[in-house]
Amino acid sequence: MSTTTTRGVAQPAPAKVSKTRPRRGLRASSTFNFWLFTGPFLIGLIIFVFVPIGWSIWLSFFEARFTVTPSEFVGFENYKQVLTDADFRGSLVTFTVFAAFIVPATWALSLGLALLVNRLRFMRAFFRSVFFLPTAVSYVAASLIWKMSLFNGVRFGLANTVLGWFGVENIAWLSNPDPPWYWLVIVTVRLWLQSGFYMILFIAALQNIPRELYEAASLDGAKPGWQTFRHITLPQLRATSTAVILLLLVAAYQAFDEFFNLLSKATWGQPPLVELYKMALGENQNYGAGSAGAVVLTLLICVVTLVQGKIMGFGRGEESK
Amino acid sequence: MSASSNMNWDRRNVLRAAMGLAAAGGLAACGGNTGRSGGGSGDALVQYFHAYGEAGVEQAVKRYAKAYKGANVTTQWITGSNFEQKLFAALLTKNAPDVFEFHPQIQLVKSGQVADLTDIIEPVKDDFNQADIKSHTVDGKIYGVRMIDDPQFFFYRPSMFEKAGVEVPKTLEELIEAAAKLKTSKVKGAYLGNDLTPVQHNLIWSAGADTLTADNKPAFNTDAVAEGLKQLRGLFTSGDLLLGAPADWWDPSAFTQGLTAMQWCGMWAMPVMQKALGDDIGIFPFPKVGSAGKESVYNGGWSMFVNAKGKNVEAAKEYVKWLWIDQKKYQEDFATSYGFHIPPRTSLAESATKLKSGLPAEGVKLFNEFGHFDNIGWTQAMIAAINDVMANSVRKNGDPKAQLAAAEKKVDTELKKLFG
Repeated sequence: MSTTTTRGVAQPAPAKVSKTRPRRGLRASSTFNFWLFTGPFLIGLIIFVFVPIGWSIWLSFFEARFTVTPSEFVGFENYKQVLTDADFRGSLVTFTVFAAFIVPATWALSLGLALLVNRLRFMRAFFRSVFFLPTAVSYVAASLIWKMSLFNGVRFGLANTVLGWFGVENIAWLSNPDPPWYWLVIVTVRLWLQSGFYMILFIAALQNIPRELYEAASLDGAKPGWQTFRHITLPQLRATSTAVILLLLVAAYQAFDEFFNLLSKATWGQPPLVELYKMALGENQNYGAGSAGAVVLTLLICVVTLVQGKIMGFGRGEESK
Repeated sequence: MSASSNMNWDRRNVLRAAMGLAAAGGLAACGGNTGRSGGGSGDALVQYFHAYGEAGVEQAVKRYAKAYKGANVTTQWITGSNFEQKLFAALLTKNAPDVFEFHPQIQLVKSGQVADLTDIIEPVKDDFNQADIKSHTVDGKIYGVRMIDDPQFFFYRPSMFEKAGVEVPKTLEELIEAAAKLKTSKVKGAYLGNDLTPVQHNLIWSAGADTLTADNKPAFNTDAVAEGLKQLRGLFTSGDLLLGAPADWWDPSAFTQGLTAMQWCGMWAMPVMQKALGDDIGIFPFPKVGSAGKESVYNGGWSMFVNAKGKNVEAAKEYVKWLWIDQKKYQEDFATSYGFHIPPRTSLAESATKLKSGLPAEGVKLFNEFGHFDNIGWTQAMIAAINDVMANSVRKNGDPKAQLAAAEKKVDTELKKLFG
């Protein structure tokens, strides 16, 4: 049903184009328009995405220290190095722990927010904006706020001030890895940054659930609240949930900014991209090994995405309806 | 579903466009700043500086550059904590700086990244602090011009020491005891930086060891260093140490705001500290670690290098000679008008009146008496190996001996690459 509504909105557009075509001649030809609109993106895509990807794959087969135009072919040597590197493998574990926290937490929080905001009678737009706004904040800026004002280790940090009211000693959230409080900082900053965006996705999906379903359910005696949520809302959100989880998983794999900015000179809590950054752009500037790691990571993301799609049925949603 | 997938597509496009714009903007910015197109009179040069914390330094650097008539010099002021990573990455690109400040590290020499500056330094070589000449020399050639020497040591509040009945510590044990006595509900005992790495080299020196031997073998893996790491772990877990301060060790804020009774910092911070605390400041070197150790001070600092792979090597050398060899007025201004630094030129160091009395004079004394200069064979990769030791055996409960052994292995690998 979500399909019907959007198609309904989308359909008038092509109709208009076909009407104006004869008058505007060549300029309005759909080929021209296609290139006009996609061209800039395509050029950007090629220069900033496809060329670097290709270059990186090429680099991964070369001994490329301190250079990005290497000449010494080493075959799979870089792959061997990356896969036997304890730090890199450790980073995959870190990522798994991180994803296990962040994916369900963001999913639940953004769904919860969407349900709350969707129920509001007044100021709905206001709250929608309030929760969405953090999406516009950069990860770096947010990390610095978290590090320097909310979770700094001194007595006037926000978190320590609150704990101080209950007589709890100051906690060095980020300096001391034992107990690993740094996860709290990392997870909360990401929740704050991400939830609003996924909340909007859920609100859109919630608004696409036809009222008739709820009416029919209530006629059949379903109680509003948990029962309706469990048997109508949740199944109707399945397609969106799948997409959200997929996006969250990819985003978790790509985690970099907050880890890099929050954990300085640490050996713990290093996700794959931070490890790759250190490998390629650290003291050694080993672009070959770094690229090999990037290829491994990309393959891993592809596999996980495909498997997840298989399990949760990504893309099947529409056909089955 | 398609509603949300439409949104995803939009988002992706928006992101891509934003990324494209950002990248294009970045490129445009670099392109604009290099000014390599020439056309005007003289050459165009780009210089990289890390962001000095003291007010007025950026303006001063740009003012000197503007006064130079031989070329049009543009300054890139690199903010953020990872100057070396940004510098190393930039050096590989077409937009690499022609001149840059950094520390003497041999991999830059071995990879042909920095130009030989012997000919511009040779005439005034005797006027330089000889330790600074030595730390920039490989096989008889001098590769960088020292601009400033920055001794790093402990600052403390004599008033707090008096109140707590604490003497200036001579050994690491005494330092740890002092920190415990100095700690109150508002003030922590000591601050060694949020990740403790600022004192990593001093821990090695004060334990009677060294980073490398004279013939470039690892020299830091000793029982005394391991013992020192263990003691530092004790201090870290004691609750007497200031951790997670909003401003890190190189900034005097934690000290001037009264968050800590002792702070590891550098001489550059003295003017700000004196303004905030008046005479209530004392300094002392990193105390002895173990019985065979000796107190130590880290004589850090910054030097100017010329990018040997740049397009204007000769013009760049000319500029470095003009500013950092000939223009003594600017050199003195740079060393003493903002933060306090020791000029590496003996003639300047002797005439710099601001360093002649009081706290700065004490700093100069510690510099001369306990100072350890950079070793050009000790590179960024080796520093990173010791960073890991600090993280794993002080901030985490790793076994110091095992961690030192692991670092030794990494350092060995690097040394093999550099010296064969």
